[in-house]
Amino acid sequence: MIKTSKFLVILVTGLLILSCGNGNNSKKSGAIASGVAERVYVPPGEHDEYYAFMSGGYSGNLTVYGLPSGRMLKEIPVFSQFPTNGYGYSTETVPMLETSFGFVPWDDSHHPDISQTNGETDGRWIFINANNTPRIARISLETFETEEIIEIPHSAGNHSSSFITENTEYVVAGTRFSVPYPQKDMPIDEMKGTFKGPLTFIAIDENGRMEIDFQLVMPGFNYDLSHPGRGDSHGWFFFTTYNTEEAHTLQEVNASQNDKDFIAAVNWKKIQEYVKNGGGTEIPANYAHNVYDHNTHMATTTWNKKVLTVDPTKVEGAVYFMPTPKSPHGCDVDPSGEYIVGNGKLSTDLTIHSFSKMLQAIENKDFTGEAYGIPILNFDTTLAGTVKQAGLGPLHTEFDDRGNAYTTFFISSEVVKWKLGTWEVIDRKPSYYSVGHLMIPGGNSRKPDAKYLVSLNKITKDRYLPTGPELEHSAQLYDISGEKMELLLDFPTHGEPHYAAGIIADKVKSKSKKIYELAKNNHPYAVKNEAETKVVREGNEVHVYMSTVRSHFSPDNIEGIKIGDKVYFHVTNLEQDFDVPHGFAVIGANTSEILIMPGQTKTIIWEPTKVGVWPFYCTDFCSALHQEMQGYVRVSPKGSSVPLKWSLD
Amino acid sequence: MKKSSILMIIGALLLLGLFKFPLWNITLGAPQYPDPLGMNIYINGIEGAEEHDIQNIDGVNHYIGMKKIPKPEEMWEFTVFPQVIGGMVILGVLIGLLGFFGKVSYKWFLGWFTLMLVLGVLGMYDFNAWLTEYGTDLDPKAILKLTDAEGNPLSYKPPLLGTAHILNFTAHSYPRLGGYSLGLGMLFTFIAYFVGRKEAKKLKG
Repeated sequence: MIKTSKFLVILVTGLLILSCGNGNNSKKSGAIASGVAERVYVPPGEHDEYYAFMSGGYSGNLTVYGLPSGRMLKEIPVFSQFPTNGYGYSTETVPMLETSFGFVPWDDSHHPDISQTNGETDGRWIFINANNTPRIARISLETFETEEIIEIPHSAGNHSSSFITENTEYVVAGTRFSVPYPQKDMPIDEMKGTFKGPLTFIAIDENGRMEIDFQLVMPGFNYDLSHPGRGDSHGWFFFTTYNTEEAHTLQEVNASQNDKDFIAAVNWKKIQEYVKNGGGTEIPANYAHNVYDHNTHMATTTWNKKVLTVDPTKVEGAVYFMPTPKSPHGCDVDPSGEYIVGNGKLSTDLTIHSFSKMLQAIENKDFTGEAYGIPILNFDTTLAGTVKQAGLGPLHTEFDDRGNAYTTFFISSEVVKWKLGTWEVIDRKPSYYSVGHLMIPGGNSRKPDAKYLVSLNKITKDRYLPTGPELEHSAQLYDISGEKMELLLDFPTHGEPHYAAGIIADKVKSKSKKIYELAKNNHPYAVKNEAETKVVREGNEVHVYMSTVRSHFSPDNIEGIKIGDKVYFHVTNLEQDFDVPHGFAVIGANTSEILIMPGQTKTIIWEPTKVGVWPFYCTDFCSALHQEMQGYVRVSPKGSSVPLKWSLD
Repeated sequence: MKKSSILMIIGALLLLGLFKFPLWNITLGAPQYPDPLGMNIYINGIEGAEEHDIQNIDGVNHYIGMKKIPKPEEMWEFTVFPQVIGGMVILGVLIGLLGFFGKVSYKWFLGWFTLMLVLGVLGMYDFNAWLTEYGTDLDPKAILKLTDAEGNPLSYKPPLLGTAHILNFTAHSYPRLGGYSLGLGMLFTFIAYFVGRKEAKKLKG
């Protein structure tokens, strides 16, 4: 086995050296010399043309960028605690990170996808998956805040997720690491044939609320990535698989032995119908559903105890396997819905299946076998074409609206443009370095808005000023409006963006909220004006109903707090002006600060451990008197008789 | 007298615009307010140009110790002005009707116009006096106490008409649709007088 991996290392290194020739040529194109700088320059005060949403990878969050400038606009906390604004620390948002494993303060976020109507991005919500502790989140594009997180039961490695059907009927969440279904104590080496790879279909209602409709219990392969059909293929979903070997050890080698793995084609409309008519079996489950309410400014967790499972062999004509070479990663569907691209990541070729040929093969029952009762279609009859020798290690393909496809090649570190139908390579550009995924705004919809392409590179090395061994990742912006692609810009990205989604800014920006209406604030501890501020003791819990307005807290002096108390600072920002947040921090707090938007209420808990007079202050530079925005809490010994009192004079 | 009387009636009725549209508007722009703050002054009260503008103007003004923008019940003007305007509309329409049926002469049109002009000037005088008080009667505990080169406290009075710089803000003070409708109405009644005179001459001739 050791010999095999050494051989692989040599092979890959060899391939990298081979591809270096490409790399050096285009480094000559100086930005200034060619006038490229002007094309990414967005003058002060002007807005970018596109929003780009990039997953944070191991940051667990979602970052927002403007294109073409590459300016980072925001980091939206999703699956990770975020001390910057108190997400996951404030009592209102702690329930967002609740799971059946308890409070999980971190995750690995991967594949953002924007909601669609009629196959076009509509800018209502963006969904993203947590890979480690399987969850799907929905983020509002009015508030740019996480509004909902649903846990996916019986899954592990929630990777082929969170892709959306063309009318946002479903968001899917696939299982990358096959697991016992449901979980049980068993020997690992009995995995083969026992483990399963459930694919979860989450129904989305008109308000964006998620509910698991059914779990399709697939054989125990690894379901890597997925995409919905569109146009004629709407109603189908396609998933790439690897480790169809069902190996459980040294998978780097043992899961790479089959010449072909599968793309699973799932007719979800058929299963939806089956389920509607009472099909499927309910099994016990336990998973959290966390919903944030913008009126109470609070999240609540509800526990679901059942999930509906569907055995794919019980639904006639619902699931087929299409053999696809070499452990395919990306599974991408072109804007017309006819072509399904398998990016065989250990290959030099791209395999493209035809949807209409697939239907024909199904009709003709042109099967070459079956896997766990699921028919395997004849590779030759579903094949639309192959892009030959396109590069090394294809990962992901997106599309423009002119009949072209763009594929990233990880090993040869390049982006390759090729033509749908003729399968010929039109252009290739090196990426610096080792590109993972790529994004064209709307490139995963019926209507790509294909002016720019962003490549998300895995290795940064020398692209920026060095910052020690640990570097941010790097993205590159290409102009793809012409026949040849042009590299315009490098920009660093936060976390490890695995995937991105882009949308023309006009679809989103006018709907972006400026403030929360104080009048609509239904938080149980909110105050609507300073006269309502107070301090209430309930046993050893003390609730401070506090307000902020430029530039003071009310109350700003509190006495009568004792060691052993649990002090809740419920802070309402009375401001109703755009971009006037206030912050709150108190000395020795074992949590974080909270950053409160106008009209919002947030709560942080403080358990004082030392007697004294302790300051608190505003952490956001809110005004000319920000520095004066401060106050004191007097903490007396346990059992002291100092009365509770508070003031603002 | 028919043409002039109709003009008179229309002119008087145009004053009704003041019940629906703002008489005046003061807009405050500053570098950090790309969307300027604004207040619309109606004959029955002051409202923000945008929903929360009044609160936000008050918020900014508290630094220099200015009073809060008055609510309708805090100023007698907001009760009396609607009554005066309403009365003048009724009076104007009545004069117009009487003129139409030949009961009063065109000179009454000028009479109405003159009365309205006097009331208008008084109103502007009162408005200016309020602006002066609003801009100069400052809280002695104000956070920012600014003085001019001679050491006198700065006045934050917005202009009655036109544009002025007040600290970091630029204030624009101009009539709005209600004000224009008042002006146009008065112009109509003034023209009604001349048209009426011409009609009277023709009749004599």
